[in-house]
Amino acid sequence: MTAPQVLAGRGLTFQYQGAQSPLFSDLDIHVQRGEIIAVLGPSGVGKSSLLRVLGGLQAPARGEVTLDGEPLLAPHPRVAIAFQDPSLLPWLTLEKNVAFGLDFKRQPRRDKAERAALVDEALREVGLSDFRRAYPSELSGGMSQRAALARCLARRPEVLLLDEPFGALDEVTRREMQALLLQIVADYDTAALLITHDIDEALAVADRIVLLGGAPASAIGQWDVRVAQPRADAIEELGQMRIEILQALRGAVRRPRKDIQTCALTASLAVAC
Amino acid sequence: MTAATQVVSSALGSATSRSLDAGLKRAALGSLGVGLLFVGWWLVTDYSAAQGSFLARFSLARTMSALAGLLADSSFWNHVGVSLQRVAVGLGLATLVGAPLGVAVGLSKTLEAATTPAFQLLRMISPLSWMPIAVMAFGVGDRPVYFLLAFAAVWPIVLNTAAGVRGLDRRYLQLASSLAATRWETVRRVVAPGIVAHVLTGVRLSIGVSWIILVPCEMLGVTAGLGYFILDARDRLAYPELMATIIVIGALGYMLDGAARGLQNRWARQN
Repeated sequence: MTAPQVLAGRGLTFQYQGAQSPLFSDLDIHVQRGEIIAVLGPSGVGKSSLLRVLGGLQAPARGEVTLDGEPLLAPHPRVAIAFQDPSLLPWLTLEKNVAFGLDFKRQPRRDKAERAALVDEALREVGLSDFRRAYPSELSGGMSQRAALARCLARRPEVLLLDEPFGALDEVTRREMQALLLQIVADYDTAALLITHDIDEALAVADRIVLLGGAPASAIGQWDVRVAQPRADAIEELGQMRIEILQALRGAVRRPRKDIQTCALTASLAVAC
Repeated sequence: MTAATQVVSSALGSATSRSLDAGLKRAALGSLGVGLLFVGWWLVTDYSAAQGSFLARFSLARTMSALAGLLADSSFWNHVGVSLQRVAVGLGLATLVGAPLGVAVGLSKTLEAATTPAFQLLRMISPLSWMPIAVMAFGVGDRPVYFLLAFAAVWPIVLNTAAGVRGLDRRYLQLASSLAATRWETVRRVVAPGIVAHVLTGVRLSIGVSWIILVPCEMLGVTAGLGYFILDARDRLAYPELMATIIVIGALGYMLDGAARGLQNRWARQN
């Protein structure tokens, strides 16, 4: 690929305060425009921490994160983060939740009409235009997660960081959300980095899969998924890759056996794409 | 209507009527309790007390007729208005000082560690102990009363607000920082609306405290208010009026608490 790296982390090492050893070390990762990277790995390997470091929410012990070549030291208006929990503010309507943060001082200056137009478009993109006056308590899990995505989109980010945002959803809703993510990346030409522990989810959406493993964690494998969307028909080709990823996961994870089995189980329970 | 929606709405309907039944039962039991209180009063002052005895001065029957008289008298309503206004001013001052202070204490662990023992110490001193100092500092009149009421009402607000800030969902704070919010934006847009329920709890407790200490506060150097009226009734030997005022104080306090509770529930329902 020749597209420039939008967000890049080089030599990233992260250690919790008071921890004996780093969670991950010397990690290189980058994401380009129009590309979805899935970061896979067993629970506790440091995927979410990596996302927090890439998003500027936490500082790495060593290494640096750059956005279009410029060092990124704090959360940036052009980088949007969607968490596993939609984190909608219960006292705001859906519309106001999506608009939340657009008028913050560190965001680009936009007048009221511009902000309203961005919110309208984001709501349309995720299919929630009819629910703009609803409160979060009135929304289903899938709708809440759509709203959280709309909040990211309203800011027209160049990079979308997604921390297992579909993890808590049922299978059908998760499929819908994956399709929506693909559509968003295509429509907005965004760079997206998706943290997931579900191999099938990674295979369904990602252009590139990065596998984290070991302690301290590092990238123990990388796969380019050169299968066109929709991938429902490419079961055979993806199936082979799935076996490779599972084997790599089993071979390199220095975790108790129980954890590896849980991870493999998650993958085998999910319906093949 | 489809069968499914019919089932849902009839289930909702019976749930509503069930909660209505439970509410009615509660209200009936509550009224019975208040009724028994009055029966007890009547037994002591009307039924068993001898004519012209000390207890008979506080007779329920005479109190009720005095109450009817007072309620028809505009000057009595003036006393009620003055008392309510004092509570409102005291509570307003307490909220203005207490809520921001509570936010600061909730946000800063250092400030919390530095202030907790001092606050607990001040909180345990009866506000009435400050009365002589308040009069010396603010003179005679409304101002020392405002001060004492605010001083009594501020602690529940500070402590509840601080607890609200500490209990604030960390995900909301994480969201704010992911959106590159400044500290002030986080406080104004996430912390403040996120702790309203806690502040309302504090305000409700403060209303109770203020109302309780209002009467003794009004027994000093003021010329209007329910506390003043009680002393005035005593001086005029108008015991039925004194008792009627006590009933009014209880009823008003109950209503104030109910209003605060209503406000709290409304906020909770909305979220």
